[in-house]
Amino acid sequence: MKRVVHYINQFYAGIGGEDKADQTPLFKAELVGPGVGLAKELEGKAEIVGTVICGDGYYGEHTDEARAACLKMIQDAKPDLLVAGPAFNAGRYGFACGDIAATTAAELGIPTVTAMYHENPGVELYSKKTYIVPCADSARGMGKALKGIAALAGKLLSGEKLGPARLEGYIHRGIRKNFIHEKSGAERAVEMLLKKLRGEEFRTEYEMPKFNKIPPAAPVKDLKHATIALVSSGGVVPLGNPDHIRVSSAESFGKYDISALDDMTAQNYESVHGGYDRVWANEDPDVVVPLDVMRQLEKEGVYGKLHPIFYTTTGTGTAVAFAEKFGKEIGEELKNAGVDAAILTST
Amino acid sequence: MRLELHKVKVRDVQWGEKTCVKDGVLYVNKQAAINCVKEEERFAKVDLELARPGESTRIIPIKDAIEPRVKLTGKGGYYPGFSAPMGRCGDGKTFVLDGAAVLTCGPIVAFQEGFVDMSGPGAVYTPFSATQNIIMVVEPIKDLDPHQYELILREGGLKLAVWLAEQCKDAPADVVEVFEKGTVPEESAKYPQLPKVIYVCMNITQGLLHDTYVYAADIRPSLPTLLHPNEVLDGAMVSGNCVSACDKNTTWHHVHNPIVAALYARHGKELNFLGVIPTQESTVMDGKLRASQMNLSIARELGAEGVIVSEEGYGNPDTDLCLNARNFENAGIKSVVVSDEAAGTDGASQSLADATPEMTAFISTGNVNEMLEVPAMDKVIGWPETIAHLSGGAAESLREDGSMFVEMQAIIASTAEIGFNRVGCEWI
Repeated sequence: MKRVVHYINQFYAGIGGEDKADQTPLFKAELVGPGVGLAKELEGKAEIVGTVICGDGYYGEHTDEARAACLKMIQDAKPDLLVAGPAFNAGRYGFACGDIAATTAAELGIPTVTAMYHENPGVELYSKKTYIVPCADSARGMGKALKGIAALAGKLLSGEKLGPARLEGYIHRGIRKNFIHEKSGAERAVEMLLKKLRGEEFRTEYEMPKFNKIPPAAPVKDLKHATIALVSSGGVVPLGNPDHIRVSSAESFGKYDISALDDMTAQNYESVHGGYDRVWANEDPDVVVPLDVMRQLEKEGVYGKLHPIFYTTTGTGTAVAFAEKFGKEIGEELKNAGVDAAILTST
Repeated sequence: MRLELHKVKVRDVQWGEKTCVKDGVLYVNKQAAINCVKEEERFAKVDLELARPGESTRIIPIKDAIEPRVKLTGKGGYYPGFSAPMGRCGDGKTFVLDGAAVLTCGPIVAFQEGFVDMSGPGAVYTPFSATQNIIMVVEPIKDLDPHQYELILREGGLKLAVWLAEQCKDAPADVVEVFEKGTVPEESAKYPQLPKVIYVCMNITQGLLHDTYVYAADIRPSLPTLLHPNEVLDGAMVSGNCVSACDKNTTWHHVHNPIVAALYARHGKELNFLGVIPTQESTVMDGKLRASQMNLSIARELGAEGVIVSEEGYGNPDTDLCLNARNFENAGIKSVVVSDEAAGTDGASQSLADATPEMTAFISTGNVNEMLEVPAMDKVIGWPETIAHLSGGAAESLREDGSMFVEMQAIIASTAEIGFNRVGCEWI
């Protein structure tokens, strides 16, 4: 039989309310409070071998100590899975459940499950690190919450592959994963359109993300003395792509010293971009990164000087998360180097 | 318009004395088939290979897939302007070697061709692991310009596919599928109570090896137009692009467009299917604005109430997708979009390069970046080392033992955005 440890607070353990919130961690080798109901739901799948109890105030105010003590108790009970809560909409309890569940998952490498109301702050803090079953905002939803926890715990203990969060009954961890649907994308599209036309409810398969709109920097005031950098997502790199920047879905950018260079040619630079025809870019990489023109304008004194370092990556299939990371890192380096403006060339 | 697809079910492919189809087996006279392609002098070398479902075979890099078809009525040939005289398709009888596919394979043209495994975990994601494949393996003459190379690969594949069908066309059909629908005014008079639905099929039209052809016209510099669904199902559209393998609409996919098929199946019952707008994905903003505006104009002129928009490619065309959704919704035309996602190898990134609140009905055809482990195959047709240069591959993708760790996007049609497959993203 699989072994489950249950974590609850002082209130659900029957020790007391706010006056006992400073309760230090303790272990009981028995079912306590909601553990009784949970054990029934888990019958045949797992047994609860012990309960760890800690006051919400203590966990919140002495988090490091509470976490370490609870983890030790959990580890000693040798569980296959930890259940924490349900915490409903109790903020401090949600924090404690999320924290001990996330810690146990990370430290002991076992699955952990808790349950919270979707507005509990613990959801935002811990939904990526443990499985959180959505539940009501108060203990009136206890029965349903325990059923949800037990169903998910059972699946996790069985070692079966989990399906999508919405079907397994937990708050998703912000990860997109491929699954095989019953029907083709085309069939689903037509069915969704018919529902939309009839005014019936439908479920979009991807909610629109919120974009960070970045305001452009203020115009350069004194171009004559400005230092300008070249930054490109056109995939132009030194011949041979020394840093192995990927042809698409780049997860890195390169930076190269161009201080001794007046011109990019087929002999020194090339494009490795996977999203456009590189024939002309390879004949003359300046068409993507206008180094030749920048040198000429520099000589003419149109602007101060060209930044000696050139930044580059391939912008095709690149995850937005990486694009944001590159932008932040490159921006910071340019700023630290006293660069006044950058010319961004894309393809 | 009445289109009859006379389908002979192909369950196996073998070399034979004579090219013909008998008892579900497609026999191919190898030399005669090679000769048909070899007429093109810009090929230095032409060879043919066969690959069947379930075999331990990897084919890499593949550029296009074409179903062997030929017209039984009218002027013959297929793909008007390419392997048939110019003229309208979509009417009369068409012979189909159903279950067979010609795959074009040669040294890499650009970075965006893909691979097919005939068995194993990678096979699940592409329809071409389930087809009886005739693979045209070619090498171009030295220093051939990539644009010319793309052209001869494209035309060679079409030619071979039509030639195969031509040799077999006297075989009796196992099944005859009929697609029949009148003009928009006729059908609207017949079904005044049904919602009018139009399909906007976005195509990669970026030039520089990213082109789509309608009646052999490169549609990059043209305007969106209207096709009867039968024309799409009968060879009006041909792929000529080297976009990422996972979400390019191959020529095979155009004649099997599942959105056209699904709308057709409900025509006269649940909806009134007005037709298909093949439209552009321009590289410049004005081009995007123009195409999306013209898509709306055509839809409005026809009285459309609902629209399905499918994307081709990812990244830059996400903006075209957003503009289309926004225009339609703001004009009161209900829209559903079909697209894949680029959520990163860990699935944790935002999936699109552009977004708009009007895009409320989204069908996902999968995360192109999801990683996949594919074992070594007993036989490799083509050039396995090219995985290092394909979108979705990297220098370290191919291991010494022949196994690969790659992104989904390196597999041909794995996230086809015309919704051919059943794969789609969900939150975990």
